[in-house]
Amino acid sequence: MRVLVDEKKCCGAGQCVLVAPKVFDQRDDGMVILLDEAPPKELHAAVREAVSVCPGAAIMLEERE
Amino acid sequence: MTADAVPTLPITRTCPYAPPAEHRRLREETPLAKVRLPNGVTVWAATRHEDIRAILSDPRFSSDRSNPGFPRLRQDPPPPSLIRKPLLISMDLPEHGPARRAVVGEFTVKRMAALTPRIQQIVDEHIDAMLAGPRPVDLVQALSLPVPSLVICEMLGVPYADHEFFQTRSTHLVSHKTPAEVVGRSFAELLGYLNTLVTAKEQNPTDDLLGRQILKHREEGTYDHEAMLGLAFILLIAGHETTANMISLSTLVLLQNPEKLSALRQDPSKTLAAVEELLRYFTIAESGLGRVATEDVEIGGVLIRAGEGVLALANTGNRDPEVFENADELDLERGARNHLAFGFGPHQCLGQNLARLELQIVIDTLFRRIPGLRPAVPVEELSFKDDATVYGIREFPVTW
Repeated sequence: MRVLVDEKKCCGAGQCVLVAPKVFDQRDDGMVILLDEAPPKELHAAVREAVSVCPGAAIMLEERE
Repeated sequence: MTADAVPTLPITRTCPYAPPAEHRRLREETPLAKVRLPNGVTVWAATRHEDIRAILSDPRFSSDRSNPGFPRLRQDPPPPSLIRKPLLISMDLPEHGPARRAVVGEFTVKRMAALTPRIQQIVDEHIDAMLAGPRPVDLVQALSLPVPSLVICEMLGVPYADHEFFQTRSTHLVSHKTPAEVVGRSFAELLGYLNTLVTAKEQNPTDDLLGRQILKHREEGTYDHEAMLGLAFILLIAGHETTANMISLSTLVLLQNPEKLSALRQDPSKTLAAVEELLRYFTIAESGLGRVATEDVEIGGVLIRAGEGVLALANTGNRDPEVFENADELDLERGARNHLAFGFGPHQCLGQNLARLELQIVIDTLFRRIPGLRPAVPVEELSFKDDATVYGIREFPVTW
């Protein structure tokens, strides 16, 4: 899984941080920081949830087997 | 569909624990349905979770309240705006992005977490006062209203001594039944006060949200007095009634479900998930989230035409069985975060992390410190805010 974030779409809600704090953080200005663009398998479910809850649709995934 | 079959919104809840039955019927039969507003205008009502998300994240739906097609739930036309700059909630791209980005740093997960000790102190002080005072006491006045208003007043740098002033004016602004001239007067009084406050902070920028925003905008050359006034206004109004109502409703439902409350008290690590479920369960943004189409857009197989208004009935989307199993059940361990209680899309509630934190602290503290808490009147006698934009309890006598 490769995670990409589009900062232009980020509206600083921080839901990704609440759902997957090992993968996402927030800068002081609220914008997303991607901590791990290739998170381990055990975090994949949380990352998919982050994609789903992101109000700006700013997180994209490339899933590879 | 005959004219008689078009439902008129808003529809009052008959039970505090579920959206109106008519909303459910709409979701089951016509998920994108024409409904009539009190002023006779017809708009679309969206009730499916997926459709609501699509609408709220599509830039072709405008949030501009001055657009004639924007759904109006009040009977009378709104008073002429005393703030010439649009409020954040009313902005579209391209203004909305930068305007929101300018302030969102004040509401990050981390910054809110840093408020924890102060929020805890505020909650404890109010519970101290309850315990020292007479029984029964109205939870709404003693805890639900003061806690969020004191927190936001502190964030903005508004003196707490002026809180009652804001309580009365903000209540007028959210009630459907307020006569137009009282709405206009409340709006003017609030703005007058905030104008004085912002002016004072321009001269002496204090270390609070308003002071920091003034300095930040000055540095970037984007400072505008009226825009700052508008920001202070929307943050103040948005931070009060909503959280207060959630505190009251959450307390009520937890008292009505002692086994669920007991499980929560035994393991406070479960409180955050419980808060999320309480938000989904109640979804107090009762009148629905309004938008107006600026182009023809197809949603859920229905063509919404440019200029037509839309109401996203989030309380009904949050009970969508396609998304939530046993959707009408209060399951405090559900752990579902993809609800619509804070809306969705670029306008999703700015204060949501603050709201979550306040609710978590109140729930953990209130039941720990007053374990014998119970309603002081039969629940059927409680009066709910079914005439307001935001659902809640008007008065909640409790004892212990």
